[in-house]
Amino acid sequence: MSAQSAIPAPSQTNGPGMRAQVAAFSARHRSTSVLVGGSLVAVLLAFVVLVPPFSSFSPQNVWVDGFTNAGVYILLALGLNIVVGMSGLLDLGYAAFFAIGAYVYAFAASPFTGADLPFWPMLFVGAGMAAMFGIMLGAPTLRLRGDYLAIVTLGFGEIVPITILNLSDYTEGPNGIGGISPPSIGDVPFPTTGNPWPYYVTMVGLIIISMILIYRLQESRLGRSWMAIREDELAASANGINTVTTKLLAFALGASTAGLAGVFLAAKLQTVTPNLFRFDVSFTVLAMVVLGGMGNIWGVAIGAFIVYEIQNVVLKQLNLFFDNVQVPILSDINFIEYQYLLFGVALVAMMLLRPEGLFPSQRRKRELHTEEDAEFGELGDPMGAAPE
Amino acid sequence: MASSAVGVTARPNPLVALRRSGAGPYLFIAALTVVMYFVLGPRQFINALTIGAIYALVALGYTMVYGIIELINFAHGDVFMVGAFVSLFVLTNILGQTGSATSLEQIVFELTVTFALTMSAIGILGVVIERFAYRPLRNAPRLAPLITAIGVSFILQNIIQIIYGPSPINTPQVIPPTARVDIGGISVGWINVFIIVTAVVLMIGLQLFVSRTKVGRAMRATASDREAAALMGVDINRTIAITFLIGSALAGAAGVVQGLYLGNIDFSLGFQAGLKAFTAAVLGGIGNLTGAAFGGFFIGFVEVTCGNFGYFVWAQAAVFMILIITLVFRPAGLFGQQLGERA
Repeated sequence: MSAQSAIPAPSQTNGPGMRAQVAAFSARHRSTSVLVGGSLVAVLLAFVVLVPPFSSFSPQNVWVDGFTNAGVYILLALGLNIVVGMSGLLDLGYAAFFAIGAYVYAFAASPFTGADLPFWPMLFVGAGMAAMFGIMLGAPTLRLRGDYLAIVTLGFGEIVPITILNLSDYTEGPNGIGGISPPSIGDVPFPTTGNPWPYYVTMVGLIIISMILIYRLQESRLGRSWMAIREDELAASANGINTVTTKLLAFALGASTAGLAGVFLAAKLQTVTPNLFRFDVSFTVLAMVVLGGMGNIWGVAIGAFIVYEIQNVVLKQLNLFFDNVQVPILSDINFIEYQYLLFGVALVAMMLLRPEGLFPSQRRKRELHTEEDAEFGELGDPMGAAPE
Repeated sequence: MASSAVGVTARPNPLVALRRSGAGPYLFIAALTVVMYFVLGPRQFINALTIGAIYALVALGYTMVYGIIELINFAHGDVFMVGAFVSLFVLTNILGQTGSATSLEQIVFELTVTFALTMSAIGILGVVIERFAYRPLRNAPRLAPLITAIGVSFILQNIIQIIYGPSPINTPQVIPPTARVDIGGISVGWINVFIIVTAVVLMIGLQLFVSRTKVGRAMRATASDREAAALMGVDINRTIAITFLIGSALAGAAGVVQGLYLGNIDFSLGFQAGLKAFTAAVLGGIGNLTGAAFGGFFIGFVEVTCGNFGYFVWAQAAVFMILIITLVFRPAGLFGQQLGERA
């Protein structure tokens, strides 16, 4: 709380008393406030698009469908936040777990295999499978320094699409698996076109449940262990934390969230192809987490939403705008082409200027601003090599 | 466990003696080379050595940077890719070369200019990256420079993609691929000879530089203990910058030969090659120059073997498996000291 006063507060309309009360309430009743806050945001978003200028871009259905896709990325960012934000491990192949979840559901409910298992339990199976792969990958690497995990996950993220692409007999290769069953409630399947609402509501539900679970994890013994490891692995292990198991759990839980998102994506698109899970996805999700504020659950959710909308709405609208207005140079530029360059610049700039992200968690902020204690030098490096 | 046996028995166990002498990895590499020669046949063997030489040059940059600041420089593979494009620019836009050169003088002149310009440009690129993306974060948590590294990697890829487009681009093969020489009854392309010799010369030069010169000594001192080196009067920032300069220049050289050898390059080249070269560096024992060089050749063998038996698409997967196996069973690599896990 004391750190909060250091930030220049934005102009407050509610007055500090009201604000403090809300903050105190949400700290005490975290799950309730996530539930209420999440639902409010979801309802607001769905209707704010009826207001100009948003209503002029596309009809409400298209917007809501886009928000559902943004929700997939929010789930991914929430999961990656467990790994990168809370535990300080860099996972560069996150899309691989996303792919695993998607293909698990594709195998479970498509004409390709002939199986038709229901969607809802498959959410858990997909998450579980992704977690299992996470453990298989993490077990050999998490014993080593954090950097190795980054490169191994990078390799894994590269291998999974390649494997899917080349094992055509089992995965239909580059064509992907089509005809995947949509989710259904009772005997009524979700409508596949025209009505995005069932998917939207499902997505909002998944996000709210995940957020509540992740908040609870963060405040549990396990969550505190993650943060301890992130800040100083040596000190954490000296205090009796089993660092390997704890890191492995973070990695597996992060992977399971991606698996969940993958199952949902497969059910929503009714088709999966290996190209949906390229390195770009891992990179985008990492950018979302970094921009949003590593370690801050609401922050990364908002970061993911903003980045997704920039990618899919803002750049497209810029293109359309300049196509219509005919400004000499700007109308020739395809802004979508520049998006990853933009993200790359944003990642570097954020790490240099504001490593705690746009919406920082207080704890992370203190940790990342190390210039102040420069006299510690190397010793201030929390994940550095053990001094020998 | 093995060392206690030495104390008891009069005659030392030959395996233990081998281990002590440090010749094991060299014997392994020698045996592998012989086996590979017979498995692949002379033509593919030379091909593997050539590709391996390119990976080895890239791997040296990884291992040098890791050795000195313990950072996996994700951007290094893309620095190599930019090197390939800079050499394309030098050859086509400055020298106006489109196909193969016609005379020996032309080849010598053009390659000298290309190597000199590309290596300087890429060396400077490496220093600039270090100065702006890594140096400010030297005392930050470990995650921070890793994230900027991946950011820089994406920036480089996208700049090249925007300039040259996403599809592969043909590069002038200055040394004609048809020019061949007879070595011991085997017909070998001059280009292969050129690449292998260039790589070996650069590696020996690097080894001498690091072991014999004052700057090299400063590099080794900084790598083993940065603070102690600083107290002894080593300019840390300058030493690290020089490390980036040399490592990136070597990647630039690798980029030049990549274009010369394969005849086409694309913007995603660095990503895949970077992963393979990094595996080479880990396999050799990260931080160890000799190890990285041999690791590069090893990866070349793996890739060509996969291709030779019709599994080229699985080469990347095979390399990845090697990375995992190395990390599980011998995390310090073939040539590294077995320090075990480090926190």
